[in-house]
Amino acid sequence: MRDRYSDMVNSRSGGVLAGMLGLPRPVRLRRYAASEPLLAGPVVVRGVAGGPLLPEIKRVLTSVAAAAVVTTETDSSQPASGSTSRLGAVVIDASAARTLGDLESLRASLSPCLRRLDPCARIVLVGTPPESMADPTAAAVQRALEGIIRSVAKELRDGATANLVYAGQGCGAALESTLRFLLSARSAYVDGQVVRVVPAAVTPPADWCRPFEGKVVVVTGAARGIGASIVGVFARDGAHVICLDVPAAGDALARVANRVGGTALQLDITAADAGQRIAAHVAQRHGGQLDVLVHNAGITRDKLLVNTDADRWGSVLGVNLGAQLRMNDVLLDPQRKGALADGGRVVSVSSTSGIAGNRGQANYAASKAGIIGMVQSLAAQVADRGITVNAVAPGFIETEMTARMPLATRELGRRINSLGQGGQPVDVAETIAWLAQSASAGVSGQVVRVCGQSLLGA
Amino acid sequence: MSGNTAGPRSAVIVGGNRIPFARANGPYAQASNQDMMIAALDGLVARFGMAGEAVGEVAGGAVLKHSRDFNLTRESVLGSRLAHNTPAYDVQQACGTGLETAVLVANKISLGQIDSGIAGGVDSASDAPIAVSDGLRHTLLASSRAKTPLDRVRALGGFRPGHLVPEIPRNSEPRTGLSMGDHQAITTAQWQISRESQDELAAASHHNLAAAYDRGFFDDLVTPYLGVTRDQNLRADTSVDKLARLTPVFGTGQDATMTAGNSTPLTDGASAVLLASPQWAAERQLPVLARFVDAETAAVDYVHGDEGLLMAPAYAVARLLARNSLSLQDFDYYEIHEAFASTVLVTLAAWQSEKFCHDRLGLDAPLGQIDRSKLNVNGSSLAAGHPFAATGGRIVASLAKQLSEKGSGRGLISICAAGGQGVVAILEAI
Repeated sequence: MRDRYSDMVNSRSGGVLAGMLGLPRPVRLRRYAASEPLLAGPVVVRGVAGGPLLPEIKRVLTSVAAAAVVTTETDSSQPASGSTSRLGAVVIDASAARTLGDLESLRASLSPCLRRLDPCARIVLVGTPPESMADPTAAAVQRALEGIIRSVAKELRDGATANLVYAGQGCGAALESTLRFLLSARSAYVDGQVVRVVPAAVTPPADWCRPFEGKVVVVTGAARGIGASIVGVFARDGAHVICLDVPAAGDALARVANRVGGTALQLDITAADAGQRIAAHVAQRHGGQLDVLVHNAGITRDKLLVNTDADRWGSVLGVNLGAQLRMNDVLLDPQRKGALADGGRVVSVSSTSGIAGNRGQANYAASKAGIIGMVQSLAAQVADRGITVNAVAPGFIETEMTARMPLATRELGRRINSLGQGGQPVDVAETIAWLAQSASAGVSGQVVRVCGQSLLGA
Repeated sequence: MSGNTAGPRSAVIVGGNRIPFARANGPYAQASNQDMMIAALDGLVARFGMAGEAVGEVAGGAVLKHSRDFNLTRESVLGSRLAHNTPAYDVQQACGTGLETAVLVANKISLGQIDSGIAGGVDSASDAPIAVSDGLRHTLLASSRAKTPLDRVRALGGFRPGHLVPEIPRNSEPRTGLSMGDHQAITTAQWQISRESQDELAAASHHNLAAAYDRGFFDDLVTPYLGVTRDQNLRADTSVDKLARLTPVFGTGQDATMTAGNSTPLTDGASAVLLASPQWAAERQLPVLARFVDAETAAVDYVHGDEGLLMAPAYAVARLLARNSLSLQDFDYYEIHEAFASTVLVTLAAWQSEKFCHDRLGLDAPLGQIDRSKLNVNGSSLAAGHPFAATGGRIVASLAKQLSEKGSGRGLISICAAGGQGVVAILEAI
């Protein structure tokens, strides 16, 4: 639905009024379009304590943007104050930071850049997982990066975002898909997040704009809202999408499928044989090739726990969690034809409610927190098959569901995040598509919030 | 076809789609035939991932048609997600329309004239084509033919207030003036079909259809439309006792056994079936549910009282069996369209009657009895409703899926139609 407040403060007269009253003015976020450059402006790349990942980072940046846009002000000792050109992004490799002195270098590198950011600019900090540090000081310094990035994300204005990537030792090429995502407009509503990337064998796609060329993707809950958007993004990026939803939503489902030349599969995922039916469909129609499984289907039956009966409890847990667990059992069975291929991807939709909890949503939060547990456990189980399992946790996303919220709740949800606005279904879809890429082999067992750095579940 | 020495190739049923059927003047009251046909086609296109693709042809039709719908099927294709270079044509054979379209498409596939095609039908009893009276029409046409203004005024002078009474389509036979129910009531009385047996058949139809929905049988056969997710006429909780309480609406005296419960209601709906050559389906990795084996059409002279209006399928089946060297018992499923419960029961009785089979069908022995547990196993028109031209597509797709689930055997389809006609067909598992 329309965000009338944003419309107002972004209009000419409304803007003047907002300026006089000092009202927050959420900008229109830059969003991905194949015709537009990945980055809005030049990038500054810097390293702290040598920046061992700089060559890889520069290689990625040079391949995504013309060399001319990449400013290699790599030496933190070089005075940055002299330069005043606007920046599309700042990437700092702090993976070698081990001392408090390194943190000061980081400050000195980052701080001057913050005044030069374009609207919707990107800050990406690269660190080393603190848990991999034997030395307490080094672990503290690496963990400090998280505090820095979360605070900077809150400080930024005009749709700019800041995110941290903890890159495991020897990460190299496995970083590329994540860097590209975080730097691009695809990550418009991902802010203040920490993503872990581990070394992995990665085959880059022939065309980064169509990473799903020739892939077969199953999306549940595809008839409307976020699900329909997920279908759109995968199809845009080259996939054949099998769109699933309950038979009762079949007419909307058919429209979604037909819009992208996909297939509609009317199926209640709570049916005992749902996984088998998906596998049979894939086996027959796609020669058994299934590359990506997106568990998006979910329902809410909100009530305070004190008033929640077994029915409300069970239906939410059954659809949002039980069905996924059951389907995974079948679709991750390596022996079954039509199940997920080795090197496949599973992405589940969790929720910030599952992280922070939400009054009146004990059942929903249980299911969405459960997904996080499932993802973390499953990721380890299927790692040897090259399969990754991840979750996204949307915050306030503008859908039919949020449009039905009472006005005050809706406005609060929209504003209490660092970007001052609700996200769009496509923001969730783009995040899922990043995780589902073949090139994201190094990202698994993660929960990435798509919430504009909401205060909930922070 | 000189190179084709192996005889005609097979035509197979890939799958089907329909919208839930709804009672006339109900939820689809505002939907036109074209709207519903497009919905049925688009659901089929989505099911098989064919957006933007062409098929060899689409054959469709409607029984109740507005004059503007002269090219209904082609217009529906243009409004659908099929490629717009898909040819289409209309067929009209009363309630036999839907099955006849499947026969036509299957025949063309068998002959190698097309590799794929969609057969379908639609009917709206709500959005009925009310026409101006013949008097008003003749007056207006005379006026438009006039060459001078004076002649035009003179022609319009032929107008009479009575001309304003519109022409409403009626569910009656033009040559007898009797409604289909009146005709069937005569046949029902002749064959002494009891009220109870009719109500039993009606209750079974509802129970079978409800059970089929419950087990997900229609998940890949039906796409919801305008908020309707199941056939609106379906009464899962009906029973012989409940049906017995209804007042008869057709027939007189003790022969008045036909009620609103054991007769089909006026219904809105649309259906479509995708047929193809096995090769076309294989190239696209599409399922093949059943083979379209053969079909037969018959007509009877009901006008002069020689035969009942809806008895033609009894004749058509006899000829179809003979041509295929099959007995009536050689089937695993019987799909006999329930125009009225008594239509089914009379047809079954006729096949068992030595006299009928000898005198009317020219057979030495009766065709015999069928195993009633194989009849309309997933419900039929009494429960689902009967949007005239859409019924054939409903039955073909459902029977094909039943055969595919069973994995073997064959099924018989029998559909009676106005004008004393009947269209019947055989499908076979692959």
